[in-house]
Order: sequence, then structure tokens, then C-alpha cells
Amino acid sequence: MQEIKNLIIKDIILEWRQKYAFNGMVLYVVSTVFMCYISFKLKTNSIEPITWNTLFWIIILFSAVNSITKSFIQEKAGRQLYYYQIAKPSSIIMAKIIYNFLLMVFLGFLGFLIYSIFMGNKAENLGLYLLSLTLGALGFSASLTLIAGIASKSDNTSGLMAVLSFPILLPMLSMLIKLSKNAMDGLALSASYDEILVISGIDLIVIALSYMLFPFLWKS
Amino acid sequence: MRKIWWKFLAAGLLLYTAIFGLIGEVPRQPILNETIRNVYFHVPMWFGMMALMISSLVYSIKYLRNGQVQDDVYAVEFANVAIVFGVLGFITGSIWGNYTWGDPLPKDPKIIAVEVGLLIYSAYFVLRGSFEDEQKKARLSAVYNIFAFASFMPLVWILPRLTDSLHPGNGGNPAFGKYDMDSNMRMVFYPAILAWILVGVWISSLRIRIKLLNNHLQDNL
Repeated sequence: MQEIKNLIIKDIILEWRQKYAFNGMVLYVVSTVFMCYISFKLKTNSIEPITWNTLFWIIILFSAVNSITKSFIQEKAGRQLYYYQIAKPSSIIMAKIIYNFLLMVFLGFLGFLIYSIFMGNKAENLGLYLLSLTLGALGFSASLTLIAGIASKSDNTSGLMAVLSFPILLPMLSMLIKLSKNAMDGLALSASYDEILVISGIDLIVIALSYMLFPFLWKS
Repeated sequence: MRKIWWKFLAAGLLLYTAIFGLIGEVPRQPILNETIRNVYFHVPMWFGMMALMISSLVYSIKYLRNGQVQDDVYAVEFANVAIVFGVLGFITGSIWGNYTWGDPLPKDPKIIAVEVGLLIYSAYFVLRGSFEDEQKKARLSAVYNIFAFASFMPLVWILPRLTDSLHPGNGGNPAFGKYDMDSNMRMVFYPAILAWILVGVWISSLRIRIKLLNNHLQDNL
């Protein structure tokens, strides 16, 4: 537990020291939203609610893939070896997942804020929408962290990242879009228990698998 | 001779399926009519694909446990043949759908699921292609195989049951077994499933043997 905490703090400090990477992620979200604003809102001045929702999730998906890709390539191989000596692989993956989760929650909420300023807020049940955003952040961070671990071993990291992660994220993404559609329609929480249950289930499976499989990655 | 009895069984059952699948009695359903015979060819493809995917998964787990190169070869070839079965199931399904649903590719969660499944397994081969080192390639692709299988399962088994689907047995549609299939059809359907699974295993075992012999030759060069 202490080990995980220390590793998370290490990641946060590292991020804070090289702010350009973090600023890059924020700017990525902002400029993508702005591009959507220019292409949809300014051109036609109207956007269908379904398009609004899907567009937002695609922005979140791309910024998640983009920001989590660098989890394992940011640090030099020598330092990775050092962590390998002093920490258990399972605590390293848990720390990375938690850290990426915090990052994704931050980016997701920030993205939602900017998105609703530019494109208008169409979510009637805001609490449920933010819940789906949080569940999505958890699932994205857990599955993308493991895939980033796999992809970081190859020379073509970013290309491989997209190819490997999109099909895996698709079931989760379709459930999330469904849940957030419920939130947009202003349905009560009790109407979407099914979706919440399935998404939490997928999240749990993904976290458990990352926990079990990462030691094998770490060895190579 | 003792070890190849199941190959005779596969060939015999397949022959039986082909003959009785085409001349056997089938119930006359509106819209479906004679196309119901496709159930002997379309549905077993999915059973075959699932069986091969599960075998591939098992060998991936085995590889991670003891690191034998042989297990990696098994996992890859099972996945390879699973893709072929998936594509065949996809084609037979869209031909069938063209005449019954009026659209070869209607909006349906099961079709989406299999498309995603094919994408996942294609990504598996892209991943394998991007590493030179055999050990590293085998280990990373085994990890991805397990991870992908686990995230593919909810797509196939859970999501179609939550949403509407044109396929029988989902979204309030009655399953085939309940109404459409009589005992005559069952006599062909179950052997057909077994036959196609066995044929899948047979094809993969041939490929595995070729690959292992190739590896052996290269080692001795």
C-alpha cells in the first residue's frame, strides 16, 4: 500500500516537473473541442444531441489514448530497470492505473467544462453524466495502461497503441455512450442501473486482468 | 490409427451434415422457408470460432506459465483458424440476412460484436508482426490475447442480451430451439456443430505441425 502511494506521488511529481507534457494534454483537449466548435457550431449553428454526445466521447477517447500512451515511454529504460529492482510489478501497475485514472478524471471534467461552454450543455441529469465520465475514466485508464505497457516494448508505440486499444475499448465505449445518453435525456439514476452495472463489471474485469498480467510484461 | 479416429469422425459427420442438411425434413417457417438449412452451416461457424478462441486462450495462459515456444505456436494457429471461421460465419450470415432480413448487414449487436472480434484478432497479428525477438513476441502477444479475449466476451455474451437484436434468442426474440427447430433438425444440428469444431481443430493441428517442423528445420540449419 505504502509502495503504491509512493509510486503515485512519484508520478505526480514527475508530471509537475515536466509541465509541458501535461500542458500538451490540456491543450490537446481544448484544441480538439475548438475544432469541433468551428466545424459544427459555427458552420451550421446546430448539433443533434446524439452527435453532441458521441463527439464528446470520441474527444475523450482520443485524449485518453494520447495521454496514457506515454505512461511507460516517458521514463528511460535504465530507470525502469531501477523500479524493477525496488518495487513489485503489481504495485507499479496499480500506481500507474490510479495515477492515470486521476489524470483522466481531471482531463474528462475539464474537457466537459470546455465542451459545454463551446457547444452548449445538453446533459439534463448532470450527476449521472459525470458518473458515466468517471466510470469511463476508470475503464479507459485500466485498459489503456496495460496496452501502453505492451505497446511501449515496440518501436512503433503510438501506431500500435491505437490498433490494439480501439477494438478493446469499443464495448465499453458503446455502453458509456448509452449511459450518458440516458443522462442527457434526464432519466433518473434507477433507469440506468443495468448500464452502470455492466460498465462497472467491465472495469473490474479489466483492472483485475491488468493486475494479473502486468508482471509478465514487466519481465521483458 | 488410434489417434486419428476423430478425423474420420469429423469427415463422417461433415458428410452427414452436408447430405441430411440439404435433403432432410425442415419445418416450413414464414420468411425463413428453406433458408433455415443455413443453421447447419452458419451457427456452427460461431461455435467453431469460440472453441478455437478458447483453445488459443488456454495455450496463451500455458505459455505464460511455463514459457514453452510450442505453446505459443499452438495459440497463434488456433487464433488464425478462428479468424477464418469468423470470416466464414460472417459471409454465410450476410448471405442469409440478405434473403431473410432484406439486408446483408443490418444494424445488429451480434454483427458489431463479430466485427470487433475480427478487429481484435487482426490487431493480435499486427502486434506479433512488430517484434523481432521471438520470446518477447510470444510473451507480449500472449498477454494481449488473454486481455483481448476477456474484453471481447462481454461484447458477445452480455451486450446483445441488453439491446434489441434481430438474432433469435436476444432482445425478446424467441430462440431457435424453442419454436423453429424440430427434432429432425436437431438430429443434424448437433452433429454439425461437433463436425465443424473438429474440422477447425484438424486444420489448426495441420498448421501447427507445419510450423513446428519449420522451426525444427531452422534450428538445425
